[in-house]
Amino acid sequence: MSRFSPLEWPVFRQFRTADSTGRSSAAVSQHTRDITSRTETADRVVQSVCPYCAVGCGQKVYVKDEKVIQIEGDPDSPISRGRLCPKGSASEQLVNSPGRQTRVLYRAPRATEWQQLDLNTAVDMVVDRFLESRRRTWQDTDEQGRLLRRTMGIAALGGATLDNEENYLIKKLFTAAGAVQIENQARI
Amino acid sequence: MGTSFGRGGATQSLQDMANADCIVIQGSNMAECHPVGFQWVTEAKARGAKIIHVDPRFTRTTAVSDKHLPIRVGSDIALLGGLINYVLTHDLWFHEYVLAYTNAATIINDDYRDPEDLEGLFSGYDPDSGTYEHTSWSYRTAPGYEDEGAQDSGEDEHGDQKSGRAGGDEHGSGGPPLNTNHPDRDESLQDPNTVLQILKRHYARYTPEMVRDTCGISLEDFDYLARAVTENSGRERTTCFAYAVGWTHHTLGAQFIRTAAVLQLLLGNVGRPGGGIMALRGHASIQGSTDIPTLFNLLPGYLPMPSVDKESFDEYVDAIAVKKQKGFWAEAEAYTVSLLKAWWGDAAQEDNGWAYDYMPRLNGPHGTYQTVMAMLKDEVEGYFVLGQNPAIGSANGRLQRLGMSHLKWLVVRDFNLIESATWWKDGPEIATGELRTEDIDTEVFFFPAANHVEKAGTFTQTQRLLQWRHQAVNPPGDCQSELQFFFELGKRLRAKLADSRDERDRPLQELTWDYPLLPEGEPDPRAVLAEINGRHLTGPDKGKPLSSYTQMKADGSTDGGCWIYTGVYADGQNHAADRKPGREQDEIASEWGWAWPANRRILYNRASADPEGKPWSERKKLIWWDAQHKRWTGPDVPDFPVDKDPAARPDPDLGGAAALSGDDPFIMQADGKGWLFAPRGMVDGPLPTHYEPQESPVVNPLYAQQQNPARELFPHPGNLSAPEPGTPQAEVYPYMFTTYRLTEQHTAGGMSRWLPYLSELQPEMFCEVSPELAAECGLEPYGWATIVSPRSAIEAKVLVTDRMTPLDIGGRTVHQIGLPYHWGQGGDAVVTGDAANDLLGITLDPNVHIQESKVGTCDIRPGRRPRGPEVLELVSEYQERAGLTPSTSNTKVTDPQRELTAEQTEDGSQ
Amino acid sequence: MTADPAANPTADAHYDHPHPRKGFFTDTSICIGCKACEVACKEWNRNPVDSDYELLGSSYDNTGALGANTWRHVAFIEQGAEQIDRARESGRALVDLGMPRVGPPEGAASSKTTSQGTIPVTQAAAAGCGSGGGGCGCGGSPSPEDSADSSDGQGPESPVAASVHPDTPDFRWLMSSDVCKHCTHAGCLDVCPTGALFRTEYGTVVVQDDVCNGCGTCVAGCPFGVIERRSDGVFEPKNQRDSPPVPDTVKVPQHGVAQKCTLCYDRMKNDQTPACAQACPTTSIKYGDHDSMAATARERVAQLHEQGKTEARLYGANPNDGVGGTGSVFLLLDEPETYGLPPDPRVPTADLPYMFKRAGMAVAGMLAVGAVAFASGGRR
Repeated sequence: MSRFSPLEWPVFRQFRTADSTGRSSAAVSQHTRDITSRTETADRVVQSVCPYCAVGCGQKVYVKDEKVIQIEGDPDSPISRGRLCPKGSASEQLVNSPGRQTRVLYRAPRATEWQQLDLNTAVDMVVDRFLESRRRTWQDTDEQGRLLRRTMGIAALGGATLDNEENYLIKKLFTAAGAVQIENQARI
Repeated sequence: MGTSFGRGGATQSLQDMANADCIVIQGSNMAECHPVGFQWVTEAKARGAKIIHVDPRFTRTTAVSDKHLPIRVGSDIALLGGLINYVLTHDLWFHEYVLAYTNAATIINDDYRDPEDLEGLFSGYDPDSGTYEHTSWSYRTAPGYEDEGAQDSGEDEHGDQKSGRAGGDEHGSGGPPLNTNHPDRDESLQDPNTVLQILKRHYARYTPEMVRDTCGISLEDFDYLARAVTENSGRERTTCFAYAVGWTHHTLGAQFIRTAAVLQLLLGNVGRPGGGIMALRGHASIQGSTDIPTLFNLLPGYLPMPSVDKESFDEYVDAIAVKKQKGFWAEAEAYTVSLLKAWWGDAAQEDNGWAYDYMPRLNGPHGTYQTVMAMLKDEVEGYFVLGQNPAIGSANGRLQRLGMSHLKWLVVRDFNLIESATWWKDGPEIATGELRTEDIDTEVFFFPAANHVEKAGTFTQTQRLLQWRHQAVNPPGDCQSELQFFFELGKRLRAKLADSRDERDRPLQELTWDYPLLPEGEPDPRAVLAEINGRHLTGPDKGKPLSSYTQMKADGSTDGGCWIYTGVYADGQNHAADRKPGREQDEIASEWGWAWPANRRILYNRASADPEGKPWSERKKLIWWDAQHKRWTGPDVPDFPVDKDPAARPDPDLGGAAALSGDDPFIMQADGKGWLFAPRGMVDGPLPTHYEPQESPVVNPLYAQQQNPARELFPHPGNLSAPEPGTPQAEVYPYMFTTYRLTEQHTAGGMSRWLPYLSELQPEMFCEVSPELAAECGLEPYGWATIVSPRSAIEAKVLVTDRMTPLDIGGRTVHQIGLPYHWGQGGDAVVTGDAANDLLGITLDPNVHIQESKVGTCDIRPGRRPRGPEVLELVSEYQERAGLTPSTSNTKVTDPQRELTAEQTEDGSQ
Repeated sequence: MTADPAANPTADAHYDHPHPRKGFFTDTSICIGCKACEVACKEWNRNPVDSDYELLGSSYDNTGALGANTWRHVAFIEQGAEQIDRARESGRALVDLGMPRVGPPEGAASSKTTSQGTIPVTQAAAAGCGSGGGGCGCGGSPSPEDSADSSDGQGPESPVAASVHPDTPDFRWLMSSDVCKHCTHAGCLDVCPTGALFRTEYGTVVVQDDVCNGCGTCVAGCPFGVIERRSDGVFEPKNQRDSPPVPDTVKVPQHGVAQKCTLCYDRMKNDQTPACAQACPTTSIKYGDHDSMAATARERVAQLHEQGKTEARLYGANPNDGVGGTGSVFLLLDEPETYGLPPDPRVPTADLPYMFKRAGMAVAGMLAVGAVAFASGGRR
């Protein structure tokens, strides 16, 4: 960046800038002079919504090199007007959390530890178990012969941070498969 | 709220709270739990509004309110009923509004008997099933229409099937059907069976003195509240109520909200700026997850899941709404057919009842708590836990974890290794020796989830607003959205079953499951939203999106996955992504996101004008009738047929929207009115009535009936309840506790306890106690305490604070203990601790099957809890001392004289 | 000392592009203690956590104080009726003394003249809140007629019909977000021997971490105890393990360097609001030109006094105090000590000329004595 220049010696700077006390402009290093807001360096800004409570605060997500570098309130939102609570303000840490899990883990029956599993294999295993449990617990009719067409052997409990589109597919798929015990946080 | 107004969503926007002249926050700690929404309360206060906080604790909300009314947990109906009584006895109700817009003048059946007559029960109680039969609550049919007789509402279910219905939450967007299109009315309100007269009698004993002895609120404080609310209501002024789970988490939760609805209707505060009831939801899309429900008893748009007794499509549809009834809910058939067309496409035809038989049937409640009980009985094999942490966040955490240990397989999808994924290795039951890792057969799959910036889609926030999130980055590693995971799961299930000839597999085989893919291979969420919105299937507009649910047809020519969301994709535009900056719009901001229904921001806004269509006042103007152009107009989208003259009085038998009168602002209700009295829709009574919580140290001061007689019970050795008050055994658990959240943490901690920035702000589990209780029990500030409930024992640091107030309840000092519930025992989070929800029992509100997690009884003692198996010994030592059995406090009718009378009433009304 | 720094301490700094002095106004009367400011600050500045993850024993405060890693800190104070009364009296006394300057002082102090004065405040507030407008119902018992009058959009008369002690609570919970004061006479800056601390073009005081050598002189120089050296410079959560790669930005290797609020110097350079003020849900933290912040603060104090809340007072807005006034001003509801703030902060270097004089005299005296001794010794 900056190359050495005798003019940058503090004492020269002090005279050059007429900053008599030497504590203002004369003290500014090249590094300081180059400081800029990191949101200015972002490749793109994406409008999003905070995932915590249901106020639905607008968020601006700043992305650089395909990494989220900052999340802050979106002043355009007529609901939140650019403000965020501590949780919303921490959502960049939620996204980039070093403790976050990014690999599939599997715990075998009676095992004392996790093991890693390939995503594709894991989904296939779930499919097999789903069909097997559904077959074993299927109910065609009740004792009066009325249609039930369901399984009571498969249940789900979802959080309320799922998207509408996601809930829609879940409800659609489980209903078609005959599973009725599909619940979410709204019941809790 | 659905039963009172016709829709189960917040009546207005957060921004509109700034227009209120008085805001009562009750059952909510808004500043802590919705800090950014609270800016509108701050703004209202700056404009001069009075802010009153009714809460057991002095919280950060209270700190910036004008007044705090400490209240005993679970006594809210007594207070709100006291306000109703005050309004009625002081003649402070908004006469023109109430007469025109509510069912105050409607006459109820002569068979109706009030809890005032029956020692706390309504007429129609069946002691065998513990449920109500509600014929006696019906409207009386007007003279000349008796032939119409018992218009079959289809809601004549009995026994376990009835308890499988959920009253309150099925009316999320359409009130229950009525027995008649011609209810009898007495506009003079003099008939003793008019709703207003019944209301007066029902609440006559809810006096300020009764409020004092039930809630612990002084006469002066009650007077302050009553004056504030009534002086800030009327033509010129409006009062707003705000609640959250402080109201819903009770065995009377739905009735708490009903009480506020009755009060707001009487004061004329519904459908008007600065009025209404603000339902503060706790999660990003909790409103969305009931609108498009992953709930056992609902289909999208609040259509009910089919039950076993609705054997045909016609039976099913007739039970939702009578086709001839007033309002838009009469078109439920069109909404249902469109849904079935969206799901099964060409396989859904008129001759197969639109594939109605492809759907599974209910024959009882199958909610999450019933499911846990079924797990314990080894009836459930597989369980998907999706962004949820029931081991910590659900009531009776021990049963939740033990239930999961009975599963064959468990799928957990989350960001972190939450306690619901790790209970088999480091849960509390491992420590007590109840479970041994090496003995647990459950297979556990952990799938990492994509977060909110790694996928696109809509959340529906607290004011029914759909807001689209654009995707910022791709998810790392194996992380996937639920959309992709379930799309893939569905694809593979269908592939495996492609060749099956088993009838049971046809719904999966014929399911519409072809979504266009994004370049990364994920299904395009916009295509899913477009399906939810619905399309024309035939005609010149074939393939084009519907622009309004009024376009939906029952003949199979339209589809649409959730009728109340129709319009979000009008003209092929994703209106959830509308982002015109707020500062460039008026305060309604209708070009930011999209609100259901039909982008209306303040519901029932027809009521903001008087019966002739003129604004009640210039100051509270919102929607009015433009006589020149023959249209309703104003800054918001009118929540009314836009060209219906205020003077219109069409024949009610026309059915549907055409039957609505010009002064029927509640267009989803079968009579177009706001319901002070609910003849249908609530399974535990047409009027809110105070009962004590499942566990309480106080004998019900109002009725011989102690608890809600229709509450749902789960007698189980792991789910014991404290003894009835008034017995020596009850003193084993002498204190009340309540649970809550803090600003710095989020629910069961999955999204906060793994973040250092949030964890450092609230690092440890604590309890809040008054100095008086601390002195009584020898608790040291910031030392340890052990809290023992009939279910469990936990430890917490002690915050001794004047913010907790001992209350004088009829001569008894009642101490309340505050417990945040964010922490849990596990090895992975940044901060861990004991879980408050382990203390809770499972007893449910019968309307919505939500647990009573805001109140229980306990003991508190200094010091840490014992370790290992000794903690179980401590809990059982208490249980033995209290003589607990699974039947303790689990009798529905508590008055020994009662059963006989109930039977007599039953006979009398038949 | 600089010549006339009160108005703008950068006046003699000779920046190429001078800016008005910037600062915060923290209005603690509307703070909800949510700590969004603490998190937004840490998140923006990549500051490490400041915690052993244990309760501190200080109400809801678990970060304790401002320091190397916590540049915004929210204090929580629980008080009973007696302390509230005391605060009201002391606040009123300040007004009686004419400091801080509040409207016409007699107006606020006298219960007879409640409807006068401070009108611009009410107007400004009403104008700022968009549509609706209308009557202010605080304290009195508003009637429809009242509001009809005030809803006509004119009503310059304040609708406040307050008594001096409306709804005197018997308990309150004070919350206050503290931050670096960016003093007019900044002790840290005065004593910094390396030029690491400097006065920015916005009149704020900022550490240059590439210059700071961690000598720590500044720590003793701050009368508020704000600035501190960072001992552990790496952001490392407790559950760190072989998980995904941490983005580079999360690491902040600034071991030993003095740290404090920069008023988000980097954001200011791009005309952005500092992170804490941007996040604050209730606008308890306001940011802007120092002059207008101080004026807003004075108006707000006047408004609260008008409502009978005489406990309100300004902190830091007095150019004659021991630091020449602060760039961050506060509205407090009790004595500064209650919040852990020094009642009379004084920059240590304020005494330098005096000390130099005394030291000079002492040296001269010593020399004289030495000379005498030398002289007398020579006579032996």
